[in-house]
Amino acid sequence: MDVIIENLPLYWEGFLRTLFLSAVSGVIALLLGTVLAAARVSPVAALRGFSMAYVEILRNTPLTIAFFFAAIVLPRLGVKFEQFEVAAIIALSAYTAAFIAEAVRSGVNSVPVGQAEAARSIGMKFGQVLSLIILPQALRTVIPPLINILIALVKNSSVAGAFFVLELFGYGRQLANSNGDQVLAVLLGVAFFYLLITVPLGILASTVERKVAIAR
Amino acid sequence: MFARFSLMTTQVPGEALVSLKAVNKHYGQLHVLKDINLNVRKGEVVVVIGPSGSGKSTLCRAINRLETIDDGKIAIDGKELPEEGKELAKLRADVGMVFQSFNLFAHKTILENVTLGPIKVKGVPKAQADKDAMALLERVGVGHQAPKLPAQLSGGQQQRVAIARALAMKPKVMLFDEPTSALDPEMINEVLDVMIQLAKEGMTMIVVTHEMGFARKAADRVVFMADGQIVEDATPEEFFTNPQSNRAKDFLSKLLTH
Repeated sequence: MDVIIENLPLYWEGFLRTLFLSAVSGVIALLLGTVLAAARVSPVAALRGFSMAYVEILRNTPLTIAFFFAAIVLPRLGVKFEQFEVAAIIALSAYTAAFIAEAVRSGVNSVPVGQAEAARSIGMKFGQVLSLIILPQALRTVIPPLINILIALVKNSSVAGAFFVLELFGYGRQLANSNGDQVLAVLLGVAFFYLLITVPLGILASTVERKVAIAR
Repeated sequence: MFARFSLMTTQVPGEALVSLKAVNKHYGQLHVLKDINLNVRKGEVVVVIGPSGSGKSTLCRAINRLETIDDGKIAIDGKELPEEGKELAKLRADVGMVFQSFNLFAHKTILENVTLGPIKVKGVPKAQADKDAMALLERVGVGHQAPKLPAQLSGGQQQRVAIARALAMKPKVMLFDEPTSALDPEMINEVLDVMIQLAKEGMTMIVVTHEMGFARKAADRVVFMADGQIVEDATPEEFFTNPQSNRAKDFLSKLLTH
């Protein structure tokens, strides 16, 4: 266990970077995913098609491919960035957005159709029906699955460690290499810091779920 | 009395507030609306009755284009219903709709349910919208429920709020799609009373219902539908005492024997 105590500053730095990657990617993915879900239910066929294709491709390919694409293909296409961290954020948010879009879409479908009909019949336009009536109700019902997706995102961010981003897992790998005799302790330390993010998220999920439930 | 008298004369199309001409609709193979022609004048209360599956709800929903039609023309106040979009939204704001299942916005308070339309669609300032909404809620007898959520109210109260929500848009015509069918018997009257009051105040209303009492009391005209067609179009007295078609006689006899 000494190895954890001795390297606490490294763990802490990795922890903060993991938290940063997860938080930034999570916010982008939530926004992008909601927009994709809105496109999926919009009356415009082209938007529906785009959203469906996006979700199907990103959801059904490994995250590593998204990382390779962001870290290697994008720079060749002329998208340059200083740090690999940016590539990691692009890959993580693009990938997670697909799952969020599916969750939000299922939430939209769970709102009774009469809610939209009532909104339309008092003269609301499509955007108003969606933003004022459907999404506020849909998002409440999908908070538990959304938080599950965010927990997965936190863990998925470890893939960034393989792409030269020194987050929790990246430091963990370094430490394991330099302390070959204490690999188990090093990895337990890494797991502990992941739990420090994911367990509170799970608790938050159940608290929020109870608070925002809508009675019908 | 004037409205009844006017029935006897041929209606001039330009006078109709709601006009349906040769409207047809299919659900796959099923021909739900067959060549429907109907004019409703300003201030008229038209009750649409008929056996279930006769197309009366579809007719009601087609008038504000919650259901699209295959062919024919539907016009509100001389304006034909436009395609889905801004124009249609504007037109719908003038047509109040009350649903069988109330459809109050589940995440908004009673007061917000009523003010949302005026504020977001018409741009009425919030203070004014609140004041108008409270007056409407008082009028339908649920003023003290304003801060509650819809699920905390009884069905009859919810339906009265739904009527207030529609009225808040100051509609030219109100559509009621079986407004009392989802209610417990003891709550039906509180909703019908509000509707009768509305009829007396001169609101143009198209009401799909099974409540024959309401038809007798408040209707200027009864439209009887069966199998997607308008079979009879008469005053309540004529219809209930002397129905012309066998279909209507059969329907009425079933109501009376139960």
